[in-house]
Amino acid sequence: MKLRGPIVFLAGVLVALGAGWAGFPRLIYQTRRQPVDFSHQVHAEKAGAKCEDCHAYRADGSFAGVPALDKCSGCHTAAMGSTVAEKNFIDQYVTPQREPEWLVYARQPENVYFSHITHTKRGNLKCEQCHGNQGASNSLPPYQQDRISGYSRDIWGHAGRPAMTMDACVACHRQSHLEHSCLDCHK
Amino acid sequence: MIAQGKTNVAARYGMSIDVDRCNGCGACMVACAAENNVPPAANGATERTGLTWIRVYRVDNGGEGNERRSAFVPMLCQHCGKDAPCVAVCPQQAVDVDPATGIVGQMPERCLGCRYCMAACPYHARSFNWSDPAWPAGMEKTLNPDVAPRMRGVVEKCNLCQGRLHTAKAKAAMAGRVEIDPADYVPACVEACPTRAIHFGNLNDAASEVAQESHRKGSFRMLEALHTDPKIYYQSKKDWVRETASAPRPGKENARG
Repeated sequence: MKLRGPIVFLAGVLVALGAGWAGFPRLIYQTRRQPVDFSHQVHAEKAGAKCEDCHAYRADGSFAGVPALDKCSGCHTAAMGSTVAEKNFIDQYVTPQREPEWLVYARQPENVYFSHITHTKRGNLKCEQCHGNQGASNSLPPYQQDRISGYSRDIWGHAGRPAMTMDACVACHRQSHLEHSCLDCHK
Repeated sequence: MIAQGKTNVAARYGMSIDVDRCNGCGACMVACAAENNVPPAANGATERTGLTWIRVYRVDNGGEGNERRSAFVPMLCQHCGKDAPCVAVCPQQAVDVDPATGIVGQMPERCLGCRYCMAACPYHARSFNWSDPAWPAGMEKTLNPDVAPRMRGVVEKCNLCQGRLHTAKAKAAMAGRVEIDPADYVPACVEACPTRAIHFGNLNDAASEVAQESHRKGSFRMLEALHTDPKIYYQSKKDWVRETASAPRPGKENARG
C-alpha cells in the first residue's frame, strides 16, 4: 500500500480545511439577533421615501443614526398591520416605552471620526454607496459579532466588499485627491 | 463624482500669543485638558510623568531685586513646518504634518511609545501616558465625545483642537459650503484666555488677525535658530523676553530664563 500515506495526508488536509472553513467563523463570530424583525422595504414604501426621513441630520450637521422610539411610536401606537413582528414590537417596546437595543452593523471604533453630512452633501455620495441597498431589503441580516473586537463581521459593504474599513476610506480619498491625513478621520 | 467640493486652498493654522498680556492664570491649560480629555494627574505625578498639551512657563530676566522682571509663556506644540523634528524621528509614521492644514498630528494608535519624538522635540511639548487614563468618579460624564482618550504607552500632544475642526467642517457641509467659517474653529485655549492673549487663525489668509499679528513688530518664534518653522508666533515688546526665546544666552545655558 504505497498510496496509504498520501491518502491519509490528503484526508487530514481536507478535515483541517473543512474545520477552518466551516468551524472557525462560528468560533470567532457570535450571532446575535436584532431586537425587532424590521423591514426597510415596507417602511420605504409606506412611511418615507428617502433615507433621511428616518435617519435624520441634526441642525448642526451631525447624524442622528438609528431613529429613537418616539419616531416609531408616531405611527405604531396601535398595530397598523397584522404581522407578528409588529405586535411583538408594540408589546415589548412601544407600550412600555422601552428603546430597542439595535445592533449597529456600521459601528466604528471610538477613535474614528466620520461625518455623514460631509459625505452626502459635500461629496454627493449616495447612502447605498457605503451601506448597500438596504432600503430595499425585507429583513435585517444576522448580526455576527466578532468575539474579540466586538464589531460586526458584515458592515454592509456594497457588492459584498467591506466598504467601511480604513483601507476603503483611504482608497476612495486618495483616488479623489481628498483629505487623507490621519487626523482627518481619527480623533 | 466626488471630486467636486474639495478644499483646494491649503490652510496654515497657527497662533499668535502676546506674552505681555499673559498673566499666567493657567485657564488655557484647564480648558485644553477639559476639551481634549486629558485626565487629571495621578497622585505624585511630576513634570515628567504628568500629562499636558499646553504648559505656562514662568521666565525671568535673571535680575536681582528691583531689576527682576518675570513673564509667562504658554508653550504648546509649535506645529513646525514640514521638517518637524518629531516627524523625522518617528519610526512608526505616527506623526504627520497635514499639508491641507499645517497641523502636526499625532496618532496614538500607531505610536509604539519609544518617546524618540519627545527627545527630538526642542519645545518639550509632548507627554507620555505612563498609565491608562483615570478620571475621578463622575468626571467621565464630562468627557468630550469628539476626542478619543489615549491609552497607556503612547505619546500625546496638542493638535490644535482637531475635533473642533471636524465639527466646523460638518457645519460648513450642512450649510452647503466647502470652506469653514473661521468663527467655528477656535481652539479651547484661545477661547478660555481671559486676557485674549492668544489669537488663532489661518496664517495663509492675509486678512486674518493672526496673520497680521504675526507680522507685527515684536513678533518672534521659539528657538528660531533651529529652523523648525513653527506656526505658533509669540510677541513681546520686551527685549529680554525675545532674547530668552531665541537662544540660550552665552554662559547661561543652564540658568532659568
